[in-house]
Amino acid sequence: MFKLITKTMAGIVAAVCLSIMAASLSTAAYAKTKLTMYYPVAVGGPLTKIVDGMVADFMKQNPDIEVNAIYAGNYNDARIKALAALNSGQPAQLSVMFSIDLYELIEQDAIVAFDDVVKTDEEKDWLKSFYPTLMQNGTTGGKTWGIPFQRSTIVMYYNKDAFKAAGLDPEKAPASWDELVAAGKKLTKSDGSQWGMMIPSTGYPYWMFGALSMQNDQVLMNSAGNQTNFAEPATIEALQFWKDLGSKHKVMPDGTIEWGTLRKNFLEGKTAIMWHSTGNLTTVKKKAAFDFGVAMLPANKRRGTPTGGGNFYIFKKTTPEERSASMKLIKFMTSPAQSANWSMQTGYMGISQAAYDTSELQEYVKGFPYAAVARDQLEFATAELSTYETGRVRKSLDDAIQAALTGSKTPEEALKEAQATADRLLKPYR
Amino acid sequence: MHLSRDTMRHVHGWLLLTPAAVLLVSFTHYPTIATVINSFFSKGNSVRPSRFIGIDNYQAMTQDPIFWKVLVNNMWFAVGTIPTSIALAIIMALLVNRAMPGRSFVRMAYFTPTILPMIAVANIWLFFYSPDIGLIDQITSWFGISGHNWLGDPDTVLSAIIVMTVWKEAGFFMIFYLAALQHIPPELGEAAKLEGASRWYYFRRVLFPLLMPTSLFVLINAVLNSFKLVDHLFVLTKGGPDNASNLLLYYIFENAFSYFDTNYAATLTVVLLGLLAIMALAQFFVLDRRIHYR
Repeated sequence: MFKLITKTMAGIVAAVCLSIMAASLSTAAYAKTKLTMYYPVAVGGPLTKIVDGMVADFMKQNPDIEVNAIYAGNYNDARIKALAALNSGQPAQLSVMFSIDLYELIEQDAIVAFDDVVKTDEEKDWLKSFYPTLMQNGTTGGKTWGIPFQRSTIVMYYNKDAFKAAGLDPEKAPASWDELVAAGKKLTKSDGSQWGMMIPSTGYPYWMFGALSMQNDQVLMNSAGNQTNFAEPATIEALQFWKDLGSKHKVMPDGTIEWGTLRKNFLEGKTAIMWHSTGNLTTVKKKAAFDFGVAMLPANKRRGTPTGGGNFYIFKKTTPEERSASMKLIKFMTSPAQSANWSMQTGYMGISQAAYDTSELQEYVKGFPYAAVARDQLEFATAELSTYETGRVRKSLDDAIQAALTGSKTPEEALKEAQATADRLLKPYR
Repeated sequence: MHLSRDTMRHVHGWLLLTPAAVLLVSFTHYPTIATVINSFFSKGNSVRPSRFIGIDNYQAMTQDPIFWKVLVNNMWFAVGTIPTSIALAIIMALLVNRAMPGRSFVRMAYFTPTILPMIAVANIWLFFYSPDIGLIDQITSWFGISGHNWLGDPDTVLSAIIVMTVWKEAGFFMIFYLAALQHIPPELGEAAKLEGASRWYYFRRVLFPLLMPTSLFVLINAVLNSFKLVDHLFVLTKGGPDNASNLLLYYIFENAFSYFDTNYAATLTVVLLGLLAIMALAQFFVLDRRIHYR
């Protein structure tokens, strides 16, 4: 008991000290507009430093605005932290969060539409300056709620040295499912020291599946976010193909493949091909000890990938001054120059044509053409799975994918169950 | 006004209790009651505010296949971790309780997993378990056994997590046993030797009964931990594949923070609280009577 008392006393003292410090800080900076921004990092690499650097540049240019940029873990953590901060009355004016959190944030009445914040014609034009495909996950009901920032697509990384060793043309990546399987069979070594390919199935299975189903010419949901297409024949076929890669064609390990260790598998040569976020590009470029290539994902009926990544949102509980300061910050972070810089440092894509038109990024793409693969692939891209009740709907699909890949259910059974779950969840929104 | 001495003593007592009572109420009792109340309300949002729905959440829970799955998983997790980690802890404690070269080094080695944070441990084991490149598969490959996808196979994922948890916990429990062993008078061992008792007989009839109070304490901790420890799931499996390694507390977290269904999360929490209360009471009232305290 005594221990408990001393502990709690220490806690109280610490809390009092903190609140005194907070109070003195807020009086010292009364003239500035203060912004608190949460942002996530979903792939490895020194991304926090890059964001912090961009924010510091912004504050240098705008001495009247003070930005407190808080790194908040992965996308899930960032949403939890930002919403928890809002609910507890702590200030947060804007945040980078998962583009697919859109419906959840609208339903919680947490964010404000950009259409209600922009004032001048110039700002209205600015809303239209981004790649339209990247806006799909940020718009619903005719309004724009999210501005693209750290956006990606899935691309295919492949080991050119392994391709050469297997007698494949290293300049020609597999462009169709059949070519993928054929190449995979040549690349897979029978002693298990090298697999043909790996598609990660933990972490974000639905995202990878969005690519496979799109390649089979089937989107996973409607744009109103209240209908899913999990049990369509083309969807089931896509999952069957994914499973077959492991169980029938034996070009991929059976079971699920860990998202977190996949990049290491690729860098250590355990797999000749990996499907992963473009957000890994710069890290792979720095760390690969072999010659590697990046290509668009292959096609079955067509090419396809979902977009991914994070958007800027402005929270509803903000004063007009805070909103205009937030707009300034978002405009800065998404400006062509910053977006180009961000893209070069991370591998995330430039979010507007203007970013790719900057001389810096054009130079970079000339020397490293793979930096433009994600952009070229945008033409075939679709929105990432996002619906109302998105957490549960997504989980039902994730579970179905993993159940099918591990063989505990057939793809058809698993996807029909997921569709039934989604129907039950989404009924009230139709 | 003149207060009697007796009243003053009461006031004094209550004043001394107040700080602890305030903290207990605000951080333990109030949240518990609020959880129970929340579990009777529906999930609300800006359009449809939360409303009282009686036991609907509980009915939905009994029809939720994932709930039953995580409950069964949790049972296996408990069965897998508790006896093994306690047995290992006793063995390790007996080993390092003797005079031997490098004793403090061995003690430290046994205790090291305990001082590592669970997240760090999980990150280490994530690479141990990764197919082909991981430590375990590299070792088995020396013997010509091909790699296994430990965390990607629903048949092995829970066992893999149990092994890691035992590795993490056994050292912690060892410390309690070691402390208990040092309090057992050496005369007992000498007397047993004179009587010609075998070492096993001495352990079974003398040491083990004398360690029972410690065992009860360790057992309670182990049971609580088997429901409380889920940090590693965030790193290792996120409960997958297909909920094969999902545990009750992690499922509560998913409901509360991934789905923002705090009311269903409250419902599940009430079940967790109930389970823990039953087990704690059973241990105190059933086992405690059979234990000999010196």
